[in-house]
Amino acid sequence: MGTPGEGLGRCSHALIRGVPESLASGESAGAGLPALDLAKAQREHGVLGGKLRQRLGLQLLELPPEESLPLGPLLGDTAVIQGDTALITRPWSPARRPEVDGVRKALQDLGLRIVEMGDENATLDGTDVLFTGREFFVGLSKWTNHRGAEIVADTFRDFAVSTVPVSGASHLRGLCGMGGPRTVVAGSSEAAQKAVRAMAALTDHPYASLTLSDDAAADCLFLRPGLPGATPFLLHRGGGDLPNSQEGLQKLSDVTLVPVSCSELEKAGAGLSSLCLVLSTRPHC
Amino acid sequence: MTTEVGSASEVKKGSDQAGADTPKEKAKEVTENEQNQLSEPEEGKGSQPGPAVESQSSPRRRKRVKDPSESRGISRFIPPWLKKQKSYTLVVAKDGGDKKEPTQADVEEQILDKEDSIPEEESRAKGDAEEMAQRKHLEVKVEVREEQPSLKTTADTQPAEGVRKDREEEKIKEVQEDKLEGETAKRETKEVQTSELKAEVASQKATKKTKTVLAKVTLLDGTEYSCDLEKRSKGQVLFDKVCEHLNLLEKDYFGLLFQENAEQKNWLDPAKEVKRQLRNLPWLFTFNVKFYPPDPSQLTEDITRYFLCLQLRQDIASGRLPCSFVTHALLGSYTLQAEHGDYDPEEYDSINLSDFQFAPAQTKELEEKVAELHKTHRGLSPAQADSQFLENAKRLSMYGVDLHHAKDSEGVDIKLGVCANGLLIYKDKLRINRFAWPKILKISYKRSNFYIKVRPAELEQFESTIGFKLPNHRAAKRLWKVCVEHHTFYRLVSPEQPPKAKFLTLGSKFRYSGRTQAQTRQASTLIDRPAPHFERASSKRVSRSLDGAPIGVVDQSLMKDFPGPPGEGLAHGPAAFSYTAIQDGDSRRDVRSPTKLAPLLAEGKKNTLRVEGDNIYVRHSNLMLEDLDKAQEDILKHQASISELKRNFMESTPEPRPNEWEKRRITPLSLQTQGRKGDHLFKDILSMKEKYLMAAARTVEEEAQADKSSHETLNVVEEKKQAEVGKDERIITEEMNGKELSAGSGPGETRKVEPVAQKDSTSLSSESSSSSDSEEEDVGEYQPHHRVTEGTIREEQEEYDDEMEEEPGQAAKVVEREAAMPEAMPDRQAEASILTVETEAQENVVAQKIPGEKSAHGGTVKQDMTEETEEEQHRVNGEVPHVDIDVLPEIICCSEPPVVKTEMVTISDASQRTEISTKEVPIVQTETKTITYESPQIDGGAGGDSGTLLTAQTITSESVSTTTTTHITKTVKGGISETRIEKRIVITGDAALDHDQALAQAIREAREQHPDMSVTRVVVHKETELAEEGEE
Repeated sequence: MGTPGEGLGRCSHALIRGVPESLASGESAGAGLPALDLAKAQREHGVLGGKLRQRLGLQLLELPPEESLPLGPLLGDTAVIQGDTALITRPWSPARRPEVDGVRKALQDLGLRIVEMGDENATLDGTDVLFTGREFFVGLSKWTNHRGAEIVADTFRDFAVSTVPVSGASHLRGLCGMGGPRTVVAGSSEAAQKAVRAMAALTDHPYASLTLSDDAAADCLFLRPGLPGATPFLLHRGGGDLPNSQEGLQKLSDVTLVPVSCSELEKAGAGLSSLCLVLSTRPHC
Repeated sequence: MTTEVGSASEVKKGSDQAGADTPKEKAKEVTENEQNQLSEPEEGKGSQPGPAVESQSSPRRRKRVKDPSESRGISRFIPPWLKKQKSYTLVVAKDGGDKKEPTQADVEEQILDKEDSIPEEESRAKGDAEEMAQRKHLEVKVEVREEQPSLKTTADTQPAEGVRKDREEEKIKEVQEDKLEGETAKRETKEVQTSELKAEVASQKATKKTKTVLAKVTLLDGTEYSCDLEKRSKGQVLFDKVCEHLNLLEKDYFGLLFQENAEQKNWLDPAKEVKRQLRNLPWLFTFNVKFYPPDPSQLTEDITRYFLCLQLRQDIASGRLPCSFVTHALLGSYTLQAEHGDYDPEEYDSINLSDFQFAPAQTKELEEKVAELHKTHRGLSPAQADSQFLENAKRLSMYGVDLHHAKDSEGVDIKLGVCANGLLIYKDKLRINRFAWPKILKISYKRSNFYIKVRPAELEQFESTIGFKLPNHRAAKRLWKVCVEHHTFYRLVSPEQPPKAKFLTLGSKFRYSGRTQAQTRQASTLIDRPAPHFERASSKRVSRSLDGAPIGVVDQSLMKDFPGPPGEGLAHGPAAFSYTAIQDGDSRRDVRSPTKLAPLLAEGKKNTLRVEGDNIYVRHSNLMLEDLDKAQEDILKHQASISELKRNFMESTPEPRPNEWEKRRITPLSLQTQGRKGDHLFKDILSMKEKYLMAAARTVEEEAQADKSSHETLNVVEEKKQAEVGKDERIITEEMNGKELSAGSGPGETRKVEPVAQKDSTSLSSESSSSSDSEEEDVGEYQPHHRVTEGTIREEQEEYDDEMEEEPGQAAKVVEREAAMPEAMPDRQAEASILTVETEAQENVVAQKIPGEKSAHGGTVKQDMTEETEEEQHRVNGEVPHVDIDVLPEIICCSEPPVVKTEMVTISDASQRTEISTKEVPIVQTETKTITYESPQIDGGAGGDSGTLLTAQTITSESVSTTTTTHITKTVKGGISETRIEKRIVITGDAALDHDQALAQAIREAREQHPDMSVTRVVVHKETELAEEGEE
């Protein structure tokens, strides 16, 4: 188990999935999705993969895009990974459920213990789950229900799993993230602040909280790919995307900030937490 | 005839004792014997029907008398406070201080009183407090007297082992005490003890006649321990026996469970008779962990950790403590390492892993994983393996959570989890709500309903009550009790006294009577025996042997700090105050003594002031009890924390460095403070100039005035708030009384305090009597923080109080001395000044502190989260609630600016000048300035529990113009150890000295010396002698 919080961000591999052309047309899943610039989206995605591999030094696995799965790149919704265990989710949108198959296969190949949701009544989008290193918070949003959260609790039994009501059209991870082992980063919207307050009330652990101007900026990834002593990275939305939040992010000390952009992909509902899955193949070392 | 037997044995005992004692003690023993003889005859007649029985019993008795060193060799060396409930001594202690040294006669009177009220007392026998129990001893005795004629039938003369043992311990304690203390002021206390002891002696005889019962206790390793127990023994007796058998000293974390029915288990209350609790159930118990230590590494002994491991292995195997697969494997591998040592492939053939239960449902895969991980632990000793086991287990989310099934208001099945931090609400396996102890104002139950009243959430004005439906009445009561116990154990410094309602006592008076975590930790630090040898039984093996190793003598100086503040025999407030309140008042008294001293100095009307002063302390003590954490926070900010620690010692735990404490107790706090500030500079001069005392006193007065007015300002705010809330409902109004009480708390506010305090006590009693309509403990209430609405206000305010109270005191002293100087050195430059820089720096060793603090300063961090952060930090140790920022935005804003600066300028009375000038003495007018800079952050270290004092040292260094006194206190509170450094720098010099620069220099130095610490408070106290114009 290691020291609590120490486990946060430990990773050796990152998993992403290419952007299909169908994402731009928005035909199948994209009910109400605005048209987006496919080339730009693919470029952003490529840059993200590059940063994960080169800047952070992760083993990058890229699943090929599938035209039948326009939202396939948002694979963060399809699995919840902690330690050596991956819970394969049951996304709320029936159209997205086939997305889990490719991810499951890849994670299995990486040697993770695969846990399935099973229950027909449960829905869970992976980006509704926030792991703080010490505990889980599961946002009860449009996409995730109580039963889904319960399965998270059942899967990761070592940890407290608390439910956080999420109002509005966001996943929990779209409102807040971890800026460090003891720091919760949150947007300044009403919904984000409400979620953070709920989390503060539910937790047994001390976290500091950092408020950023934009909710989307809070969707950042705290990653520790290197040796235990190495400075961790914070993968976050850059100044091009969210200029107002950069100053706030600078306040996070002890991390190397790695800005990336995904403003085009964001139009499809993507955030950094949904665009990649990170995992460690040796979680207990 | 029978009489002789009785007294003979008593005499023998007495002389045994006397032989080892000082003559004084001997004399006392004799008195005691006489008294025993007095009660003995009656005893004998009543209890011993014939010679046959007598002859059987008397040798046995003798034997017991000679015996102790043999049969109870071990326990003899364990100081009584470890063996017996220290609350006993606690009570005595308070008696000593409070009842103005009750003499033997006083006690006798009490007995008589009890005689009158026996029936009533008996019906109230459920009272749980140790103190109550004490009383009951007296009652029992009386009872016997009355019933003498009818008591002739069964005479089982089996001595009451447990009680007897206790008595022996008392004796030992006495001896120790006497040896150590000689002739201190504590003598009175001891007298009381002796007389109570006598009462106990008598009660033993009364109980001796009853039968013994065989009690069976299933231990954590699966073995059974059985012992004969006198039928009317209290739970504590059995528990002590079990712990003795287990060779366990840190026993406060454990308890005995008995099975009430198929699904319900109850904790055996140590303060109550076993029989009453069991009703007709068999005498079968299981020994279990009751309070899971949040940080097992803080336990002192490996043997304690071992038992905790055994408990956790049970919890895991039964599924009560859910784990992931990996954790099951990891914990299992540590179990193997602890029990079998390093992985040995050959041995593995003989070990069948499926004999172990590593998980509720064990798979082959798990066993393989266990074996695999076992290999990686090579070299770990059993104790290390246990520690590793605990380090991992303690992080599990359900570690130490006691689950109770319930339904919410909508009838949905939920679970309530009681833990160190508060109450957790689970639905299925998900945590859906959480109420930290500081958020809970009141816990109550009524029939099968369980209620918690919680602080208003942000944006809400009123507290809300949340109800849960438990399966039945007993389940509700059990949950309530568990909550009361957990709250007390983890969050209070010392247990609360059970409520003592004036009239009608309905509802449960239950309170946790054992030691709190803070107390047990304190006690543990004093364990001084070689690590006892014990065998780790294999989890699968059934039988095991426990061979206790020789036990060293525990530091006897512990006994030394026995209570009864010597110089504090103050009159008590009106009788209207409840007993409890007065007691606490006493124990708190010396904390406040500096405040008290100032007014005393100022005016000569000692008596009136004293009484009022006492009321104040009573008031404070209420706060301490009911919202203890808050009050403590303030206290810690000042040196008063020392007294607070001392109070802990007085109540239960011995103290490590008696001499130092002894000194402090006698010296009023303000003087201590003063002394540290630079005695040596002025010492000689001081005595010469008593005249200047007047001036100084006046200054104090004036400053007290200022002090007072500041309180009034705060009161206005409070009262406004009260008015608002008052509209709402009566209960709240009642609470508001409390609030008002705390509001009118300033040292200058004595008028107000008295009536309010009375009001408060009535509201208390009416509350406790109002809400029950069924007969037997159908309801119970417990208010962890009594006046909570005003929590923030009070906290803020008290902070100010303390500061202001303390400063005038210091100021006064300095003035006094400073004023004295010119005369002593007439040719000195007329301009001299003292610059006192008090820097309080603090450091939390735990790293997690840092982000919290940083963010607090940065201001970017949401307040509530930060608050939570800090709260958490304290909570880990089981302390302090926090400022609920959302409750009180309008007050908070006064501390919003990063630096709070207060300034007091006093120019001493001009009349003084003329008076002196006639004597042709150079006249020096002094100007006094006190400026306080304080960082607004809720002082992280101010956390309620004063923690465990590790070290305290004072270093003084001197140079030409500066004197630096550094006072370093190290305390451990839960996982956080805190170092507090207080520097007092006295800079003396004439006008040429740049004081501002000196100050800056001092602060810079302080920073440099302790780069990892933060400066939390700077008090600049500046005194300037104003050059007399026209005179020179």
